[in-house]
Amino acid sequence: MAIRWGSYRVRGFYDELIRVAGRPRPAALALCQYLRNLTDNELEEYKTAAEMAISVMGITFTVYSEEEGSIDRAWPFDIIPRVIPKSEWMQVEQGLKQRVQALNLFIDDIYHDQNIVKDGLFPASLLENSVNFRKQCVGINPPGGIWAHICGSDLVRDNNGVIYVLEDNLRVPSGVSYMLENRLVMKRVFPDLFENQNIMPVDDYPSQLYDMLAALSPRQIDQPEIVVLTPGIYNSAYFEHAYLAQQMGAELVEGRDLVVEKDDCVYMRTVDGLARVDVIYRRIDDMFLDPEVFDPDSYLGVPGLIRAWKAGNVALANAPGAGVADDKVVYSYVPEIIRYYLDQEPLIANVPTYRCFNKDEKEYVLEHIAELVVKPANESGGYGMLIGPQATIKERESFKKLIQKDPRNYIAQPMLVLSTAPTMVNNRVEPRHLDLRPFILSSPNDIYVTTGGLTRVALRKGSTVVNSSQGGGSKDTWIVDDEGL
Amino acid sequence: MLSRVAENIYWMARYIERAENTARLIMVNSNLLMDLPRGVHPGWQPIIEILGCEEYYLQQHEDFNERAVLKFLIANASSTSSILFSLQQARENARTIRDIIPREAWEQVNDLYMMAKSNAVSGYSKRGRYDYLKKIILGAQTITGLLAGTMLHDIGYDFLRMGRNLERAEMTTRILDVRSANLLPEHEGLTPFENIQWMSVLKSLTAYQMYRRTIQVRVRRKDVLKFLLKDKSFPRSFYHTLLEVKSCLRELPRNEEAIAKLNEVGKKVLRADQAILQQDELHRFIDELQLGLAELSQAITRIYFQ
Repeated sequence: MAIRWGSYRVRGFYDELIRVAGRPRPAALALCQYLRNLTDNELEEYKTAAEMAISVMGITFTVYSEEEGSIDRAWPFDIIPRVIPKSEWMQVEQGLKQRVQALNLFIDDIYHDQNIVKDGLFPASLLENSVNFRKQCVGINPPGGIWAHICGSDLVRDNNGVIYVLEDNLRVPSGVSYMLENRLVMKRVFPDLFENQNIMPVDDYPSQLYDMLAALSPRQIDQPEIVVLTPGIYNSAYFEHAYLAQQMGAELVEGRDLVVEKDDCVYMRTVDGLARVDVIYRRIDDMFLDPEVFDPDSYLGVPGLIRAWKAGNVALANAPGAGVADDKVVYSYVPEIIRYYLDQEPLIANVPTYRCFNKDEKEYVLEHIAELVVKPANESGGYGMLIGPQATIKERESFKKLIQKDPRNYIAQPMLVLSTAPTMVNNRVEPRHLDLRPFILSSPNDIYVTTGGLTRVALRKGSTVVNSSQGGGSKDTWIVDDEGL
Repeated sequence: MLSRVAENIYWMARYIERAENTARLIMVNSNLLMDLPRGVHPGWQPIIEILGCEEYYLQQHEDFNERAVLKFLIANASSTSSILFSLQQARENARTIRDIIPREAWEQVNDLYMMAKSNAVSGYSKRGRYDYLKKIILGAQTITGLLAGTMLHDIGYDFLRMGRNLERAEMTTRILDVRSANLLPEHEGLTPFENIQWMSVLKSLTAYQMYRRTIQVRVRRKDVLKFLLKDKSFPRSFYHTLLEVKSCLRELPRNEEAIAKLNEVGKKVLRADQAILQQDELHRFIDELQLGLAELSQAITRIYFQ
């Protein structure tokens, strides 16, 4: 017997599947029993089958290296799923909807009257120094006042079992294609598990995405032309861009495929001539979208795109400027933002956050840097951060200097002990830390949350860095109906 | 279909065809040089001329010695007709249309480039050359076959066939132009060698066997030229490639201008009999054909890709 839950050590951590050694949580019981009955050979076989499926399905992510150009790497995948009981997930879902609704109200307010600033709840100076605030977007009215149509929020659980939002990605969040593909792999490898349990499906995401995008179309027609705008094959998420376009039956375009004509409408160049485009799901950062308005040297974008968007002739998802709420300093205000716009208490907690632009809090951070995680306000992918307890004295000192120099750009959070889940390591199970990225779609009429999301796992022992560019892998995420369990 | 996607398909096909043509040229010239009498070698210069890269070559080299020319033709990273450059371009074009072409075809394009790159050195040597070039030619043919057998035969496939046939047409005219100009002067003592050279012209286009089957007389200048310019059914004859392009254009929207251009060139080549008798006249004639071809390519680019 390959997997013995009795010898799986969970002490000091909150484990997603196992409560105490040998005792699975109720929603994971059936899964754990199933796994316990697998022989070494069977485990090996399933692992190989999953790897085969991934290579056959061509699930890759791209790493760029100077020497060999871009390389597609197979997606690192762990065959043991992460299980969340449905009753718990329903609450998380409500919390995420609440959060994104408030964030959209906040962004719309920021680009219009800025009432939250006038009412003294949000410092004006933060906007002035925000790298993601786009003054070019002031006064623009995207349909329904929605700016962040697709949001990926990272959730973590600490060792007391409490779920926190770690950050919100409102620019061009990625990962959803891996969520979908992980499920396909699992269904191929463990068909019997899906037969005997109530695991909620995830595969309606592409049609939900399509519906949301179609609802933004400026022309009221049956089949609006929706395109996915990609920076191209060298982008690390190109696989996902191509995948989503394919799944929605939308054209995958690059900037040079699009043109804005004198009528301020966007067209794509086809062999039949120019064809009008209604909605652009753009996977290019704001700064590269339109050289007329943003970075004039960008060749990824489309000259005149912002003009067409302002005129209401094309919808952009996400709206340019939505990233203003992506800032990690703004993040620390989200509880206030929810209370201010919705008059509700936040349903999901924020990780307590020290804002270094605040003198007292900065002093605290500098004094306690060895216990804290320090993050720059606008980086993603786990870049440019300091994990205090694991850093050398030299690293800490250099970070202190960075904070002193530009306090607005840093926040600090207590070191969370992330929850774990059993992960295959050489045919044995060992606990590995993980997080969860659900995706939230907002259209003028509806908010939709993925069933679960993408679970990312830090494959290195003790590591809490889950990014695929830095040695992370992923797991299928099961929302299991726990009624009557 | 997006213009960019159509263009990528078109260029992928052109570059694969180009790599194959260059490989064929090298192979045939290697064989020819072994047969010719010492001292009258036309050497490797004509090949550089055929590919239209003489000026660029001479910026980097002083003479046309075999190794330098072969290195240039096989591996030069910036010469638009080298085998590696062509395959690398084919691969880059294929990469962006991976969702359009069948996976196997993409893998074959990728493999062929990798193989060509890692074994390039064996292509310079006399001993390894045959095998190396054979692999290139077969690899290119495999891709063509895979695409014919597995890709949707929709307008994307029309762009693929247009690219391949336009590249072929161009190569045929180049070979005829340069080869006929460089043939040894008509001289009694050299007749068997002249024969060999016209055979090599045919062989550069793998046309020798097919020529024999179609025209049963000995290999003569007039008949060779007629066959390579006007034959309807030989896949590398100029006229045949035009017919192929025409059948593709018929499937495309907004095709009037391109078809008109194509018909002009087609009429011209069918009237070739007079022109091919004399060398001076032939040169002018081929110039005209090439010009017509260039206008046709430009029209296709303008209508569908811009």
